[in-house]
Amino acid sequence: MKRLLLGDEAFALGALDAGLSGAYAYPGTPSTEILEFVQSHPLTRERGIHSHWSSNEKTAVEEALGMSYCGKRAICAMKHVGLNVAADPFVNSAMTGANGGLLIVSADDPSMHSSQNEQDSRFYASFAMLPVLEPSTQQEAYDMAAYGFELSEKYGLPVMVRFVTRLSHSRGVTCVKDTPDEENTLHYPEKKEQWVLMPGISRRRYPLLIEDYRRLEEESARSPFNRYEDAADHSLGIIASGVTYNYLTELFPDGVPFPVLKIAQYPVPRDLVRRLSDECASLLIIEEGQPVIEQSLRGMLDLRPELYGKLDGVLPRTGELTPDSVREALLRLRPELECLRREPLREVPSVVTRRPPALCQGCGHRDVYHALNDVLAGYESPKVFGDIGCYTLGFLAPFNALDTTVDMGTSITMAKGAADAGQHPAVAVIGDSTFTHSGMTGLLDAINENSPILVIISDNLTTGMTGGQDSQGTGKIEDICRGLGADPAHVRTIDSLPKNHDEMMALFKEEIDYPGLSVVVSRRECIQTARRHASAAAKEKNSEKTPVAKN
Amino acid sequence: MKTDIILAGVGGQGILSIATILGAASLKENLYIKQAEVHGMSQRGGDVQSNLRLSSSPIASDLIPLGGADIIVSLEPMEALRYLPYLKPDGWVVTSTAPFVNIPDYPDMGAIEAELAALPHVVAFDMDAVAKEVATVRSSNMVLLGAASPFIELSGEVIEEAIRTIFGAKGEKIVNSNLEAYRAGRSRVNK
Repeated sequence: MKRLLLGDEAFALGALDAGLSGAYAYPGTPSTEILEFVQSHPLTRERGIHSHWSSNEKTAVEEALGMSYCGKRAICAMKHVGLNVAADPFVNSAMTGANGGLLIVSADDPSMHSSQNEQDSRFYASFAMLPVLEPSTQQEAYDMAAYGFELSEKYGLPVMVRFVTRLSHSRGVTCVKDTPDEENTLHYPEKKEQWVLMPGISRRRYPLLIEDYRRLEEESARSPFNRYEDAADHSLGIIASGVTYNYLTELFPDGVPFPVLKIAQYPVPRDLVRRLSDECASLLIIEEGQPVIEQSLRGMLDLRPELYGKLDGVLPRTGELTPDSVREALLRLRPELECLRREPLREVPSVVTRRPPALCQGCGHRDVYHALNDVLAGYESPKVFGDIGCYTLGFLAPFNALDTTVDMGTSITMAKGAADAGQHPAVAVIGDSTFTHSGMTGLLDAINENSPILVIISDNLTTGMTGGQDSQGTGKIEDICRGLGADPAHVRTIDSLPKNHDEMMALFKEEIDYPGLSVVVSRRECIQTARRHASAAAKEKNSEKTPVAKN
Repeated sequence: MKTDIILAGVGGQGILSIATILGAASLKENLYIKQAEVHGMSQRGGDVQSNLRLSSSPIASDLIPLGGADIIVSLEPMEALRYLPYLKPDGWVVTSTAPFVNIPDYPDMGAIEAELAALPHVVAFDMDAVAKEVATVRSSNMVLLGAASPFIELSGEVIEEAIRTIFGAKGEKIVNSNLEAYRAGRSRVNK
């Protein structure tokens, strides 16, 4: 059967069709649609497949590891920076190994479409010594789920699946199976001891992992997803990994005239790389994200002459690659390639101006910033520590309300550190989902020292930026704060509404002036999810009135 | 058959629905499809675009190369201009002329209209107005789909069938108003 699927969806369906028992994730662009697809698939309800959002990426990986321990197949999905949060279980899962197939998806975001950096997940897999699958098409994303589960179970190791935005969020026609495989039955690891990472056990385990990694390289050389494609012109050999292979073949509809090594499974098979290097006068390495393959080939001594890539600027070092950047790189190396030349392009007319994203009209975060700005105007040098979510847009005009945004949860901890340094007012602004992701532990630090900071939890009852997924703290935010030990007299709540502007200002001012820790939960449902809920309710009401004809 | 389309607009305007309908119609016709979308932060009122590629033979890249698009299909006049470097020398621009003003420094409409008029192949009219006339302003994306449809090698019937399928769950009334909007857009170009 043919289906038109996003890369994320193709992988999710591939996992479902390969006997998935549990999917775990925290929302993060561009990985979010993986769990959403599992949640909406009928098989999930039919089989009772786990598909609830986790509090953060670390808990997600650990939960998936628990399912794998019991012999069942699990996937775990996150964006690249989420892997930083999950780094502890990720790296150590190489030491425990996996029992049921375990695929850990990390979706990189080169060009930072919706992220704060361009870190490349392949580095993590390399130092954890885990294999990586990097699909180049939606079909490969689908096929790699079943292949990855088998690889994971064969070697008893988790497998990283690396996505990039262009595949996650691009649809393609995908051939899928008609009947899904059965799930694994509950069964436990044969090597029981390996799951207890005490020093004595880990010392015995580590050499075995190193040996496995060597065998995995041989596996990569045989992988159906890695291909050595020979061609007549040996003046140049090209390594193209993941989606960049598509950009290369796009430029040569009649076939690439140079030998190409397509890489979609890691560790990089060095025998194939050596062959390409031996047979070709020069080498071009094209990879999305950071120069992972290129760095390993160059090494510190950089002994291979005529090796080109991102580190020498032949390809752009930052931003995602495109067919055009690959075209330009090839023209720099082979100016005689007439087929790559094109007519001059039109320019963007100068009248076109920037249109940055903005908070929606009717969004409660707006009311928080309006009130906060008006209050802080009365202080000499207030500092506002922001966090990750829609409300990061409060940095932009017309609010210009934030001084910092770093990573999930940092608003509270940086505000505390600033207060430690003597800063006042020190205000943290954090969303509800980010608070339960990584804000709670930082709040405990601030509570324990009764730090004189104001923490504003702008609660929109959802994970808004990624499209409105369930937020793990909904209905519990004040209880969580009090449970951690915050003084109930300084855990205050208000509705973020324009009509409450003066009241919000008064509340913020009072709590800023209080010389200890305070939390204000400012609450209003996300306008996007509110609309969706209203239209779902209307639809339900409508269907009650008019019975739908069924054929 | 091969058509490379840049869909443009402002986050929330509904360009992805156009892509979904053309994707469903193309799948029905057994064509190859690639469609790159923008999700996440930009969807909050920023400029958004989608690369839609339809072809009877396999498609390599998810992204359309610069100078490669047969047609720019835009719900907003300034957004149509933003992607001109992607347009083929003989390509078409089909755009609504209704500005979406959510920035303080939105340029002078006269300057935008002059840029559009200078293009060799352009279809530009106020699609919000047409949508309001035949259906509701929310269906201006279907007016745009209709106006763009003569430039895409898919039959009108197949596109209409896809509109029925995609909006089917929302009830007959929504399906019909979207079809009306689509037909109104299409007739403006066929005339």
